[in-house]
Formats: sequence, C-alpha cells, structure tokens
Amino acid sequence: MPSLDLTPGSAAAPSPRSPIPFVRSSRWADLAFSAAIRTCAFSLFAIVLLLVAVLFANASLSLHSFGWSFLSRSSWDPVARSFGSLPFLFGTLLSSLLALLIAVPVSLGVAVFVLDICPAPFRTFVAYLTELLAAIPSIVYGLWGLFVLVPLMRRFAGPALVRAFGWTDLFREPNFGMSLLTASFILAIMIVPIIASVSRDLMRAVPGDQREAVLALGATRWEALRLGVLRNARLGILGTVLLGLGRALGETMAVTMVIGNHPEISANLLAPSYTLASVLANEFAEAIGHLYLSSLVEIGLILLLISVLVNGLARALVWAATRRGDGLQRRAS
Amino acid sequence: MQINYQSLGSGAGIRQVSERVVDFGASDFPLTDEQMAEAQVPLLHVPTALGAVVPVYNLPGLPAGVRLSPEALAGIYLGRITRWNDPLLARDNPGVALPAHAILPVYRSDGAGTTFIFTDYLSRVSPAFAAQVGRSASVRWPTGVGAKGSEGVAGFVRDSPYTLGYVELVYAEQDHLATGLVRNRSGAWVGASMPSLMAAAEGLGPAGPTGARAPIADSPRPGAYPIAAFTWLLIPIRSADPAKGRALVDFLRWMFAEGEREAPAMSYAPLPAAVSLAAQQSLEQLR
Repeated sequence: MPSLDLTPGSAAAPSPRSPIPFVRSSRWADLAFSAAIRTCAFSLFAIVLLLVAVLFANASLSLHSFGWSFLSRSSWDPVARSFGSLPFLFGTLLSSLLALLIAVPVSLGVAVFVLDICPAPFRTFVAYLTELLAAIPSIVYGLWGLFVLVPLMRRFAGPALVRAFGWTDLFREPNFGMSLLTASFILAIMIVPIIASVSRDLMRAVPGDQREAVLALGATRWEALRLGVLRNARLGILGTVLLGLGRALGETMAVTMVIGNHPEISANLLAPSYTLASVLANEFAEAIGHLYLSSLVEIGLILLLISVLVNGLARALVWAATRRGDGLQRRAS
Repeated sequence: MQINYQSLGSGAGIRQVSERVVDFGASDFPLTDEQMAEAQVPLLHVPTALGAVVPVYNLPGLPAGVRLSPEALAGIYLGRITRWNDPLLARDNPGVALPAHAILPVYRSDGAGTTFIFTDYLSRVSPAFAAQVGRSASVRWPTGVGAKGSEGVAGFVRDSPYTLGYVELVYAEQDHLATGLVRNRSGAWVGASMPSLMAAAEGLGPAGPTGARAPIADSPRPGAYPIAAFTWLLIPIRSADPAKGRALVDFLRWMFAEGEREAPAMSYAPLPAAVSLAAQQSLEQLR
C-alpha cells in the first residue's frame, strides 16, 4: 500500500508519488487561460447585444409603421395588416400575476410543510414529488391541461364561479373551458415546484438558533416560523417569486394549449385570452408579408424587454431590502 | 439522391423557396401575385393531392349530417349566429332537434393552410365575411376560441358539447367527429368524400390549373364538395443544380404514376386524370 508521508521533514524531498504532477508554470499558460475565461465571460455580453440588435433590426419596419402606438393598439389583423400588441400584453401580465396569486401561498405552504410539519419518513418523498413536478416538460402540462383541466373548468369550476361570483363581472358565460383563468391555473402548477423547492432551501439555511430564540421568548409554533424563519428568509423568497414570475411570463406551449388564443381584452376571467409568447409560437411559421413578420419580431422584442424589466425590478427590490437590513444591523450594533 | 423534406409551415416554405434556399416547397395555398413578383425565380405550381376541410361539431344526441349552409357557417364565425336553434339553421334542418344552446366556434390558433382554405371559401360565399375577416393562414376571428393544431381543434370539439370547428377530413375521420353537410353552388347538400372531392376538380380541363393557380373551392358542379383545395408543390422554373432538377422531375413523375394511389389512405383524393395529365405536362417547363 503506498501511503502519503506527511511528516514535516520529508516535504522537501521530491516524491514520485506526489498527487499533483509537477508542471513548470509558464506565463503563456496563465495568459492563455485568462484570455479563454475572458472570452467565455464576454460572449454573454455579445449574445445579449446580438439578440437585441437582431430583434431591433428585424422589427424596424413595424417600429417605423406603428411607433409607440404598437403598445396601445388592440387590433391584430394579418389580413388588413394592422398590428397592435395591447391584448397580448394584457393577457401575458394578467395570466402571470394571477398565477403568482395562486402559486405563492401554495408553494410557501408546501415549503413550510416539508420543513417543519411533515413527519420525517415522508419528508424526502414530498420533497421528491415537488422536484419531480419541476422536471415535467411543459408540453405534458399543456396536454394534461387540455384534456383534464379544460373539461373540469367547463363543467364544474366555471359554472360554480359564475354562480358564486357572477355579480362581480369577473366570471361570466359563455364559458368554453379555455380561458385566461385556466392558463393561470396551469402556470401556477408549473411555478409552484420552483418557488416551493428554492424557498424551502432558503428557509432551511436560516440558523436554527434564530427560531429557538423566538420559541424561548414564549412564541407559538406559527410565531416562531414567522419571526424566526420567514422573516429572515423573506428577501430570498421574494427573489424566488420573481424567478417564478419570469418563468410564467415566458411560458409558451402549455399556455397556448389552454388559453383560447383570442386577442381580446376582457374583464371576464372565463373569456379566452392571448399572450405574447403564444402569438409568436402560433403565427411565426406561417407568417407571410414583411410587416406581419416584423410585427411578430417586435412582439418578441417586447417579451425580452419585459423579462429585463422584471429581472431589474427583482434586483432593485432585493437591493433596497438589503440596504434596509444593513441599516438595522448597524443601528443595533 | 435523397430528398430532405421538413414541415416548417407554408409561410417559411414559401419564403425559403422564393429565396432559393431550398429546391422545392409545398403549400396548401397558391402564392399571391405579390408573392410571385417578390420571388427570385418564377415558381411552378404543381397540384399534388386534393384535400377537403370539413365543419365538425359536437351536438349530444345528433349524428353526422346536420346541414350547414354557407350563410350559416359565415354567420356563426362572424358571431352573428350564436345559437344552435337559430332560424337560419332550423330552416335547413327540418325535423332535427337542434338544441337551444350557445354555439362555441373553434378555430385554428396557429397559422394554417386549413384556415386559409376555410376562410377562402367563406370569403367567396359571404361578402360580409370577405370584408370583415378575409382570407389568410391567420385571420382576426371576431368570435370563438383558438385551439392549437388540427389535433387540438379535433380534440376540443370531441370533448366539448355545442362546439363547431373545422379540420381537414382525415382528422374528422380519425377522431370520429360528426361532420356537417355543406350546400354547394348547385344547391345540393354534400358531404366530403373521395367522389365529391374528385368532382370538385373535374371541371378543370386539360388546360390545367398549374399556370393559373386555379382554385377549386365553391365548384359549380352538381356533386362537388365546396370546401376543397389542392395542395401545391412550388418549384423554381430554373433549378440551381441541373442534376437536382432532373432528380426532382423524376421524383414528380413517380409521384403522379405511383404515389397518388396512396392519397386515399390519408383522406386525400388522387387528382382526376385530366388534372394529373396537365400537371405532368407542366413539368416540361422545368429546367
């Protein structure tokens, strides 16, 4: 058995069994490595720049023809060559926000359950299930939505909502089953695993003594959770929620299959709607005519800018919150 | 020689064949004059098979064969006829218990040749539809919901009572959907079948449709199914590579001689003899 000799005296003697092969260090090797790493890093900037440049170039016809009114026009008529993105913007933002509204409480519930309440033998199982959901391809969610969720919405959930909340005008007939609400449900199911598993990890990372300290002050289990865990992890959780929002905004296939693809702005959540990503997926391959294509590219540009905005907002929120946290700590010390 | 055929969608196909990226393309609708002018090389339109687009519906308790007049179809998709027991539908279907339920029209959300064929037909028979919607692979539907893909429309109609949709014949047959009868220009109520499809194209003489890109929708022949269309191959008149050009012509000759026989298995009709002859003669123009 060869063994490593760790006695201090023998370190000077070059050993043929040394785990690190002796290579003469060269300035050129360092330079080459540093250049390679830099290229990798800068390729990111290049990709983003190229992406924006190509989108702008190809959208220029539409940008010139419609200008800012592209954002406020609600007509999308390939025959009359009149294009506007408002119904798609409306559908994208509303479906994603509704999805967050449904998904955030559920995923925090799942995270807390797995972390704190779930009996130990089932903990791994539930955690595994959440991660399994995250790995399912979106086309599978779409098919499930089309064949299971849409009929459920049409037969049971839709009519029940109309009976209970019809007076609000948010739920009205006719109810096809394919609707903005159905799309929000699918999106919620798709983002729950992301928010749940990441926020569970964040909560687990909170030092246990925080919680024990709160418990020692006589807090109930809920208070200990709220003050000892959730409060400490809130920044990370907010970031996770925005991560989920990012996924929801760009989700294409599953949404296209259940949203009804009708570009109309309606307060009725049971009415069909349309999203930016869906119209791209639906119409790009068959689009004929320069203005039509260019308008579709501008839709892509808008989608990209919205993603950038959401990410920027996330950063700004986290930054603001961190600064406030620092201030508190400084005052405390 | 190997032929690499990819389904990109007609729009992309037309774009690529016009820019000579590919050696040939296929489309459910002929090029417009504007597109012909934009193409870098004149494109020969060769008809290959005859397809039908059929109205399909889901009315609990009612089998196939509900009569859907051109006026009724246009009215429903314009959002002017909203109930199954509308007088216009009731008049055409005496003795049929049409339900007093709202009609849920379904359309293809993705750009599709099927949509072009259907809207082209509705634009021919209804001036109101032509003015308000028009013909295209994607249009602005005044009402209804969009399902993705033929299987999306077929599946949604199959599962949802009171829906009305349109699909290619093969999807209606695969999913056992109830198909409607449509009134043709001679006043007969016709369903889509091989004979009624062949009848739609029969009127075209040996002069052939190839140069004229002649449409066969709304045929005046007595037994003809009106929502019919050729699928077209688009081939540059001058091939960039002579060897490839010769191989393509050989392939097309094989297709007209042998390949056509397989069309009925996909619910497409083979070309009537006169049309097939004219199409084969048009191949002489290729260089």
